[in-house]
Amino acid sequence: MTTLAYTLSDSRVMLRRNLKHQLRYPSMTLMLVGMPIVLLLLFVYVFGGQLGAGLGAHQGRSAYLDYVVPGLLLVTVAAAVQGTSIMSAMDMTGGIIDRFRTMAIARASVLTGHVLGSLIQTLAGMAILIGVAFGLGFRTTVGPLAWLATIGVLALFAFALIWLAVALGLAAKSVETASNSPMILVLLVFLSSGFVRTQTMPDGLRQFAEYQPFSPVVDTVRGLLTNAAVGEHAIAAIAWSVSIALAAYLWAIHLYNRRRAAEPT
Amino acid sequence: MSTAPTIAIAASRVCKSFGSHLVLDKVNLTADEGSILALLGPNGAGKTTIVRILSTLIPADSGSMHIAGHDVVTDPDGVRGLIGVTGQFSAVDNLLTGAENLRLMADLRHLSRDAGQRRVTELLEQFDLTDAANKRLSTYSGGMRRRLDLAMTLVGEPRVIFLDEPTSGLDPRSRLTMWEIVRELALAGVTILLTTQNLDEADQLADRIAVLDQGRIVAEGTPDELKSRIPGGHVRLHFAGLDLLRSAAGLLPAAAPDQDQLVLQVPADGTVDSLRELLDQLYEAHVAVEGLSIHAPDLDDVFLTVTGSHVAGRPDEDPTPRGAAQR
Repeated sequence: MTTLAYTLSDSRVMLRRNLKHQLRYPSMTLMLVGMPIVLLLLFVYVFGGQLGAGLGAHQGRSAYLDYVVPGLLLVTVAAAVQGTSIMSAMDMTGGIIDRFRTMAIARASVLTGHVLGSLIQTLAGMAILIGVAFGLGFRTTVGPLAWLATIGVLALFAFALIWLAVALGLAAKSVETASNSPMILVLLVFLSSGFVRTQTMPDGLRQFAEYQPFSPVVDTVRGLLTNAAVGEHAIAAIAWSVSIALAAYLWAIHLYNRRRAAEPT
Repeated sequence: MSTAPTIAIAASRVCKSFGSHLVLDKVNLTADEGSILALLGPNGAGKTTIVRILSTLIPADSGSMHIAGHDVVTDPDGVRGLIGVTGQFSAVDNLLTGAENLRLMADLRHLSRDAGQRRVTELLEQFDLTDAANKRLSTYSGGMRRRLDLAMTLVGEPRVIFLDEPTSGLDPRSRLTMWEIVRELALAGVTILLTTQNLDEADQLADRIAVLDQGRIVAEGTPDELKSRIPGGHVRLHFAGLDLLRSAAGLLPAAAPDQDQLVLQVPADGTVDSLRELLDQLYEAHVAVEGLSIHAPDLDDVFLTVTGSHVAGRPDEDPTPRGAAQR
């Protein structure tokens, strides 16, 4: 086998291990997938009537459902990467990582296993959320191409946040820290155009909401699902995703290598 | 084929510091293929650091190291393909079953499906884990985890194995099982570097022993060579009163009396004959002995001899490795 074949084979083995972990730790997996669905119900049935009225005259709960789905898709991503962070921190604080390091396996395969496993979990979580949203009355008339683009944008952004979560997991000194630090990502969805229009926010917060990475992604997905123009939002969303992914990837690899050099006895 | 033994582990002038703390000071080690080398020393001596350096986990500051001819620094993957490491802390995947853990190792060693399955079955049997094969690790006892840990190390049939304190924390029966496994591996031609705080363990298993103290090798040789340098054990005799202690001390000029504790420390090699002779001598002089205890030469005696000072903290009192506190 060639080096590339070994890398692929090792990454596949690590991916299988990661998926098995998700199944063996169902309480966490269910919590991370279930939380966005609970929020969806909360925002549609509790807040939806009033928030929908704010979208314009003669608008209501069902309009708000259509409005809020992109935001909740990002909550799904932000929640799922919390699991990524926990899993990678668990690996690093356990003894097994030293065993992997003394074996002739592709260096990054431990990390790529986490990334691919989390990506699958995140995409599954988003599919479930969309399914529930359809059940509640979410409607869109766009064609398969727009759906494909939506999935692409979300997957790319999820990929970036997953690498970020891997890095946060590696940087964490304990599993508890690793489970807390990605929570800021969930908060960032609320401070974006995910739940309400940024125009309704006070100055300062409004600027922050408009220029942070979650807003262009939300706006792109919302545009794609409502057949609206997404031009500059899409460019910003892709630019943010690629930059975050690259920076987080480099950070994660750096942390992964540094830990082995610095650790005493 | 040549019959002369080839060198499996060769380390020369290895130095390592963590910050300003010098952990290894020009350490030299060699082990012939198929031999067992024991690294004997107390906590904090640098045993684990040597294992971590030779197994490519951390870089040395200087020195040259080769495993079966592969340079640890320039060809780490060549080394990794040949070695197996079982560290002090269990390196197992707690969310998987025993069989899945072994299977994971077989996949990462790139064994074919059939060969991997065969090896897993074989190891489960060899390590008496067949019944627990499909149970999660949360149900495993400490001894079972340790056995699985070693079995995982052996999946790829490594030629050189590092065992970092393989028996610490094991009950006596599990300890004997582990010794048996180590001996069988060496017979099969595997080279083993094991670390231990226990002189008896090194004596039982090793072809050669290197004694490590504060990062330096202070003595090195076969168990017999090393033991001939140790003054040997002693018998402690307890007496009911000071007068009895004094009479006994008069009879045994080589002994060291402790008047506070009413104890007489008599040099002895620990054989039954010498013990009988000692007791007969006291009996004939009508010196009643209240109790006695026999002390075999231990790590502290080795240290006392080769370094001139006692081990700072007795090994059994502090099971936490020094690294844990620094982290």
